[in-house]
Amino acid sequence: MAGFALFFVLPVIWLLLAPSKTADQVVHDWPLSFGSFSQIGHAWSHLIAFQNHALLRWMRNSAIYSGGSLVLTLATSVPAGYALALTRFRGRTTLLVVTLISMIMPSATLVLPIFLEMNQFHLIGTVWSVILPFSFYPFGVYLVYIYFATSLPREIIAAARIDGCTEWQVFTRIALPLARPVVGLVAFFSFVGNWNNFFLPYLVLPNSDQFPVQVGLNQLLSSTPSFNPVAGAGLNITIPELALAIIVAILPVLVLFLFSQRALVSGMLAGSTKG
Amino acid sequence: MTLVALDPATSAVASRPSRRGAKPRWEGGIASYLFVAGYTVLLAAFGIFPTGYALYLAFTNDRGQFVGFNQFSKVAGDYRFLPAFENIAVYLILWLVMLVVMTVLTAVALRSWVRPGLSSLLRFLYYLPGALAGVASVLVWLFMLDPSVSPAGPLLRAIGQDSFAATLNPSHLPIILFLIAFWTGAGGWIVVMYGALNNISEDVLEAARMDGAGRWKTAWHIQIPMIRKWITYMSILAFAAGTQLFVEPQLLQTASLGRVSPTWSPNQLAYVYAFQQGDFNGAAAISIFLLVLGLVCAGVLVARSDLFKLEEQ
Repeated sequence: MAGFALFFVLPVIWLLLAPSKTADQVVHDWPLSFGSFSQIGHAWSHLIAFQNHALLRWMRNSAIYSGGSLVLTLATSVPAGYALALTRFRGRTTLLVVTLISMIMPSATLVLPIFLEMNQFHLIGTVWSVILPFSFYPFGVYLVYIYFATSLPREIIAAARIDGCTEWQVFTRIALPLARPVVGLVAFFSFVGNWNNFFLPYLVLPNSDQFPVQVGLNQLLSSTPSFNPVAGAGLNITIPELALAIIVAILPVLVLFLFSQRALVSGMLAGSTKG
Repeated sequence: MTLVALDPATSAVASRPSRRGAKPRWEGGIASYLFVAGYTVLLAAFGIFPTGYALYLAFTNDRGQFVGFNQFSKVAGDYRFLPAFENIAVYLILWLVMLVVMTVLTAVALRSWVRPGLSSLLRFLYYLPGALAGVASVLVWLFMLDPSVSPAGPLLRAIGQDSFAATLNPSHLPIILFLIAFWTGAGGWIVVMYGALNNISEDVLEAARMDGAGRWKTAWHIQIPMIRKWITYMSILAFAAGTQLFVEPQLLQTASLGRVSPTWSPNQLAYVYAFQQGDFNGAAAISIFLLVLGLVCAGVLVARSDLFKLEEQ
């Protein structure tokens, strides 16, 4: 058990310590030693200098892509999941089955076809070529669907209709206020998945200025002397800088993981813990 | 790994008998269509259309003429096609066997043999690397596999891996990819399995104890069979995701300075077709092979398991 835990934890600890050391110390000191705080500052200034603040641009891009698609995902998946769970309409079962199948299929299966589609419609290199495909989130629809289907009795909806509520009022006044937990869950999974996504932006964004941070990390990797002696020669991007870049890149997701663990775990097993 | 199913066996508790006779058949009326409209547009644009367009490309040539299965036979005959599928097959066997054995054993051990407080801390520690999924995990493991900087350096040297070049030998790729996938993905599954084990009622376990079953027997004959559907679910999802490898071998290829093949996985081969050979029809044909694999997995799960709740009975 303890050995197993080491396997999971040691790389994280190493990663957090590496930026505090010089490239030389990383190789020669004990791998889990701490260097100095001032060294973190040096690594940071080297990193920021890379392509004139590229890291900050990449972080901003990631925020725009993940944030923009998060808004669109919530705006589309919450009403859709609600309607699938609590109303009946022609095509409902088909829509549910297609949703299930597309949520089980790995998202990577559709990346190349989506690239070909974007290319056909000349959307390559635009912000929308990332945000729109990211916004399509069948798993979110399924989560909302299962949440409303199990926790909002249809009798309440029926009573509201009898009292003269329009369908829109039923949704905004009764369903939405109850949906907060599942909205948080969908938001978490969507944001984390899109923030960490590499494949799609790698294909549809040709320009370094548009990269999200994940694709930017790939560029940093190919600019590090340790991994690319030719292109990386003369650059200040060594192991401590790269480690610091990784930490910065995953920081938003890591913070979410730390603070939402309890809610998340109960959410992941929402159905099974209720019974 | 962001996919999680919700247990229908328990969610069915909340479902009520339908009252179709007493209510209008189409509750919600026209508003229902407006509620699903936005999502349906996205589904059509980024689910159905790209699939259809890839099919169209895979059955035509660059002048738009119908060519039957020629694109498929062309890519299948490519000398890089079979090796790419063999590579992921080796990786998948290793990954699936280890994933099932380790997550189930760990979850059982956490549930039955470890104090609750410690167990919750351990689950959190296993789960944490999930935050580094994607590029970050590969970069971290590049360092872990470099004996000169890795905390496991002595271990790597002990098994004869003296340098980064030695560890990143192309023949080690399935193991390296397995380590990365396990590091980022296993924790989430341990949490899911643990949750499933928690759902087994104390009475059942108590009865087993009364009958004289030890921990091992209880685990083997009671706990593991009772979470079998979750194990199936995990295996199918992990298999489907494993066939789609792209980021990890792509980055390892960069870091290995070209020693690892740029067409190690099928998705990488499709990428090379599209971006280096400019052959979109061939790339689409490879995507269709992968799409069919994914569809089969999804179809089996939806049709064969009772994990998903489609209708209230």
